[in-house]
Amino acid sequence: MTSTAVIQLFVFLLAGFVGFQTISRIPPLLHTPLMAATNAISGISLVASLVLAGSNQGLLGSVLGAVAVACAMANVVGGFLITDRMLAMFGPAKDAGKGERVSANDL
Amino acid sequence: MTDIFIQIAYLFSAALFILALRSLGHPHTARRGMQMAAFGMLVAVAATLLHARIVTYEWIAVGAIVGAVIGYPLGMWVPMTAMPQRIAFSHAFGALAATLVGVGEYLHGLDIQQLSHGKVTALGFEVLLGALTVTGSLMAFGKLQEILPGRPIVFRFQNVFNLSLLAVGVGCLGWLVFNPYDIWIFVALGVIGLLVGVLMVMPIGGADMPVVVSLLNSYAGLAAVATGFAIDNNILIVVGALDGASGFILSVTMSKAMNRSFSNVLFGAFGAAAPSEAAAGDGASGVMAPINSEDAGLRLAFARQVIIVPGYGLAVAQAQHQARELVDLLEKRGVDVRFAIHPVAGRMPGHMNVLLAEAGISYDKLVDMEDINHRFADADVALVVGANDVVNPAARNNTSSPIYGMPILNVSDAKSIIVLKRGKGTGFSGVDNDLFVGPRTSMLFGDAKQSLMNLGAEVKLA
Repeated sequence: MTSTAVIQLFVFLLAGFVGFQTISRIPPLLHTPLMAATNAISGISLVASLVLAGSNQGLLGSVLGAVAVACAMANVVGGFLITDRMLAMFGPAKDAGKGERVSANDL
Repeated sequence: MTDIFIQIAYLFSAALFILALRSLGHPHTARRGMQMAAFGMLVAVAATLLHARIVTYEWIAVGAIVGAVIGYPLGMWVPMTAMPQRIAFSHAFGALAATLVGVGEYLHGLDIQQLSHGKVTALGFEVLLGALTVTGSLMAFGKLQEILPGRPIVFRFQNVFNLSLLAVGVGCLGWLVFNPYDIWIFVALGVIGLLVGVLMVMPIGGADMPVVVSLLNSYAGLAAVATGFAIDNNILIVVGALDGASGFILSVTMSKAMNRSFSNVLFGAFGAAAPSEAAAGDGASGVMAPINSEDAGLRLAFARQVIIVPGYGLAVAQAQHQARELVDLLEKRGVDVRFAIHPVAGRMPGHMNVLLAEAGISYDKLVDMEDINHRFADADVALVVGANDVVNPAARNNTSSPIYGMPILNVSDAKSIIVLKRGKGTGFSGVDNDLFVGPRTSMLFGDAKQSLMNLGAEVKLA
């Protein structure tokens, strides 16, 4: 096992702890937005897909990469938009439908 | 130098993501935090484009445009009632991205004859978990969207079969670690993953979907972690771990709320106690007392405290706006109205909260089970809208009931109970409900949307 792999295990362990502590505090009220939010940020696999799609290792690799980019991108765009749409609705009483505001600077 | 810059950008994004999850602790801060996370994503993606391995941008552009075109409607046009299937669907997307990257990286490694044991372990995990999540999520999507039958599909020795298949998959993974260049084993791994995903979700009924959707969230996160290990990318590890933790916490919360054991969650083997078969226990005896909307409306209008218990039926009937109108009318008369939210009401964690928030109901009226259960005794009327198992007293006092032990809302403590229900049949789990034949319970049959509208009209007249 290389030292990089050990450091990666450290990162994984610590991130797991931070995630556990942070997410335990999220009230059930916001559990659906939480799922949408983790969905959006899990679109970070976009960074891996970008490398594959752009590295020019033959047609198959590029096609696989491009499809992966499309999937991850759909999650990023759709995920952040829908999370914002949802969170805009959670407020003290206001008129129905007003919650549908989405600002343009989300992407 | 560029590499250091990319790593620092990733570090910055990781910090923003963690802060964003922290901000989700309160509705006031949540929105701002998620906008920060979106910015973090932008930074991470922009930095990645400088990566040394990226030499052409054409395929990236094609993928990005297609993805954005698919993503926009998924973000803006999907109605809140369809949220569970929308989330399940995007789990499939996330996992598919991870799986394809895994396949691509494996082929690349094969090409240049550089597949270390460590790398191949990570890639194997990635493809197995990723493939399993793709088909599992698509199955969940199909069931939630009602393309596939929502009832559990079971066959003999199902669990044995599924677990053996999974064991074969793990065996393949072990083999692959020591024979990294055996491409057929790698292919077999992916195929087994796809099969296990289908078989795993097949025996799970609609009412258990909150656990499944959370569990798949966790698996998708772990697939991302494996990707991070495979390509030495820390941000994937961090985000995957966050995602995995989130899915894990949610599935444990959900399974607790349904009184399912922990190992049950980990292996996803809910098929063992297929509710529809076990429902043969003591049926509820007694007769349901029907009520008309006029009497029900009067009872609500002259109450002091009303607790509304929403369930999946509210989502099916898309009656959240009618519920809000009724609440407004009642509050105008000085009635104190609250909503009691059971953790597994609906088809995903927090489903009811989102629907009611969409209708413009203030979040301080949406009260969790532990906080509202002691208040039912003071409530003049408990109004159950399309909820069934989460208010079934059999969970407390009938040891032979399949839902025995599940924490429920104390609706039966209320001074009077009105249940809005579509028909006389049993709920999703197929279990009879003693609450409906109780002495203080009146049944108002009909579509929830129409019934709530009628109640509103009656309250207005009262």
